[in-house]
Amino acid sequence: MILRLALGSLMARALTVGMTMLAIALSVALFLGVEKVRTGAKASFADTISGTDLIVGARSGSVQLLLYSVFRIGNATNNLTWESYLDLAARPEVEWIVPISLGDSHRQFRVMGTTGAFFDRYKYRSGRSLALAEGEVMDDLFDAIIGADVAAALNYEVGDPIVVAHGLASFIEHDDQLFRVSGILEKTGTPVDRTVIVSLQAIEAIHVDWRSGAQVPGQSTPADALRQMELEPQAVTAALIGVKSRLQIFGLQRAINDYPSEPLLAILPGVALQELWQIVGIAETALIAVSGMVVITALMGMMATIFSSLNERRREMAILRAMGARPRVILGLLVLEAALMAAIGAVVGLGLFYAGLVVAQPLVDAAFGLWLPIEQPSMQELWVVLAVVAAGAIVSLLPAFRAYRMSLADGMMVRN
Amino acid sequence: MGSGPSILALKGVSYRWSGRGSFALDVPAFSIATSERVLLLGESGSGKSTLLSLICGTITPHAGSVLLSGTDIASLSAGKRDRFRAEHIGLIFQQFNLLPYATVLDNILLSLRFAPQRRARVAHPQQTAQKLCMDLGLPKDTLTAQAGTLSVGQQQRVAAARALIGAPPLIIADEPTSALDAATQATFLDLLFEQTRNAGSTLLMVSHDARLAPQFDRVVQMADIARTAQAAA
Repeated sequence: MILRLALGSLMARALTVGMTMLAIALSVALFLGVEKVRTGAKASFADTISGTDLIVGARSGSVQLLLYSVFRIGNATNNLTWESYLDLAARPEVEWIVPISLGDSHRQFRVMGTTGAFFDRYKYRSGRSLALAEGEVMDDLFDAIIGADVAAALNYEVGDPIVVAHGLASFIEHDDQLFRVSGILEKTGTPVDRTVIVSLQAIEAIHVDWRSGAQVPGQSTPADALRQMELEPQAVTAALIGVKSRLQIFGLQRAINDYPSEPLLAILPGVALQELWQIVGIAETALIAVSGMVVITALMGMMATIFSSLNERRREMAILRAMGARPRVILGLLVLEAALMAAIGAVVGLGLFYAGLVVAQPLVDAAFGLWLPIEQPSMQELWVVLAVVAAGAIVSLLPAFRAYRMSLADGMMVRN
Repeated sequence: MGSGPSILALKGVSYRWSGRGSFALDVPAFSIATSERVLLLGESGSGKSTLLSLICGTITPHAGSVLLSGTDIASLSAGKRDRFRAEHIGLIFQQFNLLPYATVLDNILLSLRFAPQRRARVAHPQQTAQKLCMDLGLPKDTLTAQAGTLSVGQQQRVAAARALIGAPPLIIADEPTSALDAATQATFLDLLFEQTRNAGSTLLMVSHDARLAPQFDRVVQMADIARTAQAAA
């Protein structure tokens, strides 16, 4: 009966209670949304590369190497010589190795030179392989495979020509050697979607007539001649390595970091990601703190609503006291009402969060390449709901205690 | 003073409010016999509300004793006093008696919620509430109605049903007819007397309207049983 009375009391003040619950719902939805984006971004970053044991590049910072080699963010300060690459490839611990050559671009997208092994070895989202949505893998020297976002943004289809620009954000183009889209990859939610992939030899081919960052005037080797040439790269930007046994990872990493011929750096992708999280940790914490404060503000609003309703509810409390309710029953009733408000608000907030997710998921994916999965509420989300209910009950203790004291003082004799 | 055994007896009771201009009430002796119908008459400020609070145990006397059904209320802890009140007293206020958002049934059964012995006396609460409503002249479908939707007269009858259910030994009515017109007043009192008699309860009604006197077994003036004093604020 007490629960029914509490619900009835809330329904009797539907407008103010409704607005209070809406404020709680919106704050909970915001909190869960921020948390979803945060964990989604983390998961998306972590899902970008899997199955690669080590990433090797010229010696710089581990986060920097991870960012430019996997996420196409920033640039390499130096390259890894082809001799070193071959030397590493020949090591007994190495099961497979895939070179990556970055540095050129097509419109706003990076061009990456690699080998066919990239399509076999690159894994994302817990072991998924790349797959072609249409077309086929590179067959000709000037074939290019483009990511799903490249195709969508530039409206490219299989067979369309591509001109690669020298460097990044450059107006100098390798327009004498046209590439052709041979295949379009399925969407992966990784930076591969925003990459134009060509063969390592093709990267060499378009630079045959170039010296010191500029094309030799009047020199342009015909495409067919290039196709006949033995094109061997002098250097690559980085290499992805898989080892035969996971026990060998640290040994190989140490050996690469102590490589005598040139300064190299080998990183474990997961460890470098952790370092990255530590760097962005402060911003992350600030974001959670702000959304947490919004929830607290909504709960404080609820407390103010309860406080302001106390005077008009003195008669109601006097009736309950006259019926034998102890002051602590009055206290309990107000806390129960607050907990109900917070619970309904939090559950509605959870609903709003999912509704928002359904709407925002494709938009966020398209705009930021961030995939926010719609899943059953996680334990963490349920804990948030529970915590909001508990916090609602706790903040209501202040007005409830005031009601307790009022009901002690008033007894049954309020006349209003 | 009634002739039978006392259901209520106040002896040498003294109480002084703090922070209310130090209003003080002294009741040397006052008792009500079982099944008696007593009208307590007094003007505003005569201490009626303080006396009712003492009888109901929401305040305890600084001196003297308040015996209800043979139990000294002041000797009980605060929690036990609340339960004792729920078990032994049915209360009807002047107005605003009901929780307006709750149904009539919930309002009536609320008086059993904190009184397990009284609840045990009612084998079928819903049917009993229904019968009381019918006996008090309320429409058949009243039980499910929201209390706030009833007329003032109907609300007073529901309050009477709530006070009567479980047959508490003492019914206290604090000016229950003051918000009613003359015709409704008479009907309400007739019904209240009849149902109080049926329940075997004692009735103490507080009022400032002396015209009600002929309908009671005994009429007591506040001025005759109590002394009040008010210190300068």
